[in-house]
Amino acid sequence: MTTKLLAGTPVEVNEEGFFVDPDVWTEDMATELAAEANIAVPLTDKHWQVLHYMRKEYFEKGTGPTVRKLGKSSGVTVKELYQLFPKGPAKLAALCAGIPKPRGCV
Amino acid sequence: MTTTAVAETPATSKQPEAIEKISLIISKGSLEEIYPGLIMANGARAEGIEVNVFFTFFGLDAIHKKRQSKIKVATVGNPGMHIPTWAGGLPGVSALATKYMEHQIEELDIPDIPEFVEMISDTGAGLYACLASVDLFKFKKEDLIDEVEEIITVGEFYEMAAGGQIIFT
Repeated sequence: MTTKLLAGTPVEVNEEGFFVDPDVWTEDMATELAAEANIAVPLTDKHWQVLHYMRKEYFEKGTGPTVRKLGKSSGVTVKELYQLFPKGPAKLAALCAGIPKPRGCV
Repeated sequence: MTTTAVAETPATSKQPEAIEKISLIISKGSLEEIYPGLIMANGARAEGIEVNVFFTFFGLDAIHKKRQSKIKVATVGNPGMHIPTWAGGLPGVSALATKYMEHQIEELDIPDIPEFVEMISDTGAGLYACLASVDLFKFKKEDLIDEVEEIITVGEFYEMAAGGQIIFT
């Protein structure tokens, strides 16, 4: 576990950079994380739609959705998801949304 | 991991290099031999890995417009089915096993083959058909789903696979 300075606040993250405590997340942190992940900032409305959906799912179900689930229920298609987060939508969106990496094969 | 553990790691130890690109070959035409390739292709894209999928021989059925929704579980010569070979060959057994499997797959919210292939194309993976097999089965480009980018030779496949890893299923 390491501590990372995000939007002026020290945040505990795991070896892969995912938040240990999703409650400390703020939108400013998401923007910083996205920029680090080579996503153009400021984030678009679609990006935010995905990030907020990720958090909602995580707090309701205890785990973030996979790309398949995102494509089915976030209101953003699989094609768009890969345009928004080219290096892996579920993984990167979880990273920027301050939740643990979703587990699931499909 | 604690900070001490990190500090103890010798500076010379290297992280294994992450996989950046894979080229998958799907060569068989039964349900249980097509799904693993599709799952690996989709999963690789989800990790941000570049993916090409090459469909050859009976694997072509997965991208054949009329055949892709009719793919069956192999019940004969498949010890994993745990039924005697003679029973696997009885009329209707393969259809029944397929129905059962499809139901289980659906329960896990894994898409059926046509939807899965389309989704993989949507992830940005490249789908290709093998020229020799297309000729062998006398298929035409129009017989294959629109998501197929091109019918290519084995040589072109290797060129395309350059710099990545190849997985044969």
